[in-house]
Amino acid sequence: MKITQGTFSFLPDLTDAEIKAQISYALAQGWAIGVEYTDDPHPRNFYWDMWGNPMFDLKDAAGAMMEVTACRKAHPKVYIRVNAFDATRGFETTRLSFIVNRPAKEPGFQLKRHEIGGRQIQYTIESYATQKPEGERYE
Amino acid sequence: MNDSTSALETAAGADHAPVDHVDLGALLADSHVNEVLDELDTELIGLKPVKARIRDIAALLLVERARKQMGLVGGSPSLHMSFTGNPGTGKTTVAMRMAQILHRLGYVRKGHLVAVTRDDLVGQYIGHTAPKTKEILKKAMGGVLFIDEAYYLYRPENERDYGQEAIEILLQVMENQRDDLVVILAGYGDRMDTFFRSNPGLSSRIAHHLDFPDYAPTELEEIAQRMLVGMQYRLSPSGAAALHEYIPLRMKLPHFANARSIRNALDRARLRQANRLFAQKGRLLDRDALMTIEGDDLRASRVFA
Repeated sequence: MKITQGTFSFLPDLTDAEIKAQISYALAQGWAIGVEYTDDPHPRNFYWDMWGNPMFDLKDAAGAMMEVTACRKAHPKVYIRVNAFDATRGFETTRLSFIVNRPAKEPGFQLKRHEIGGRQIQYTIESYATQKPEGERYE
Repeated sequence: MNDSTSALETAAGADHAPVDHVDLGALLADSHVNEVLDELDTELIGLKPVKARIRDIAALLLVERARKQMGLVGGSPSLHMSFTGNPGTGKTTVAMRMAQILHRLGYVRKGHLVAVTRDDLVGQYIGHTAPKTKEILKKAMGGVLFIDEAYYLYRPENERDYGQEAIEILLQVMENQRDDLVVILAGYGDRMDTFFRSNPGLSSRIAHHLDFPDYAPTELEEIAQRMLVGMQYRLSPSGAAALHEYIPLRMKLPHFANARSIRNALDRARLRQANRLFAQKGRLLDRDALMTIEGDDLRASRVFA
């Protein structure tokens, strides 16, 4: 099951040229670029690991692409995303975020039913991937 | 989105159908590079060999662009440079211009200059250097990385010096990402020679070695006049005569740093002018008095002692 989250989630995966063009756009807006990765695909997982520091003061997308490539090389089988952070007062938040790398096989989610008082049912989802310990999820 | 895609398109300009003829003149006019070259000629005094070399490089890049339009691919030429010359011969100034020229010719995408020294590249403990160097390289992507006093990167007397690590990362990027940035190494002539001799890999990856000659006394005089105009001052006739005598005398003294020494001399003359004006407090000063540097302002220098 293909995970969709962030900007362009409805599109096919971006090519490197497209990623570069998006980063160029973000830099032209004065946003800082950050690269993050995780092996927990849950949509409520906000805490991705940072790949190096966020990159302020870049002029050209080639620098950020260097980090994307390096991160892919180090973590070829996990999710990697590019964030563009807007430091303008009033925004001070991520303005653009998209996935640039995903595991070859994404096992998807299991629906879990949890019975509580009065035969009520609570539903939750759990990724099959996270049933394995960290680091072994996408072997 | 539009800016970025158009930038991509120009980068991939070779994809257009090949044409039969190219007009180099039109390409030249199109790039507006002539304006920068003329500016270089008028604003920078002397430096004949440097200017000639920059014109050569501009011509090469224009022809390369024409070849691209014809569908000829030769791989982009390597444009890493080394600037050697005595202090104050204009290495940094030319590097700034170089970034502009390369940008106009479409060789670098953004045309900014990142000027760094050893401190910005080399870390203080193990594992600190690589991220630091990479950080700078990332900032310089799409522009020109200017490493001033590059020979400090290599310290042969300390074999555990981290400078070597910075050089290795630099080499790798200079080789693999030639399209993304141009590296200019600058420094004083003799020390750069030693530096290149002990780092043959670096020397062989630099195609253009530009040597900045010292200025002649008349050129220094012109430079002084130009600086004064920039600072909105002017020399009285006696001031001009004093400057004419001052320059050869200063050149004989140790620590002569070409244009930089001249700038310092002018700054001190300004100081003395201010003092002189202050001493005659009673008088009302007009624009002329505030702008003029007299001979005595210069002659008070210890060079004349």
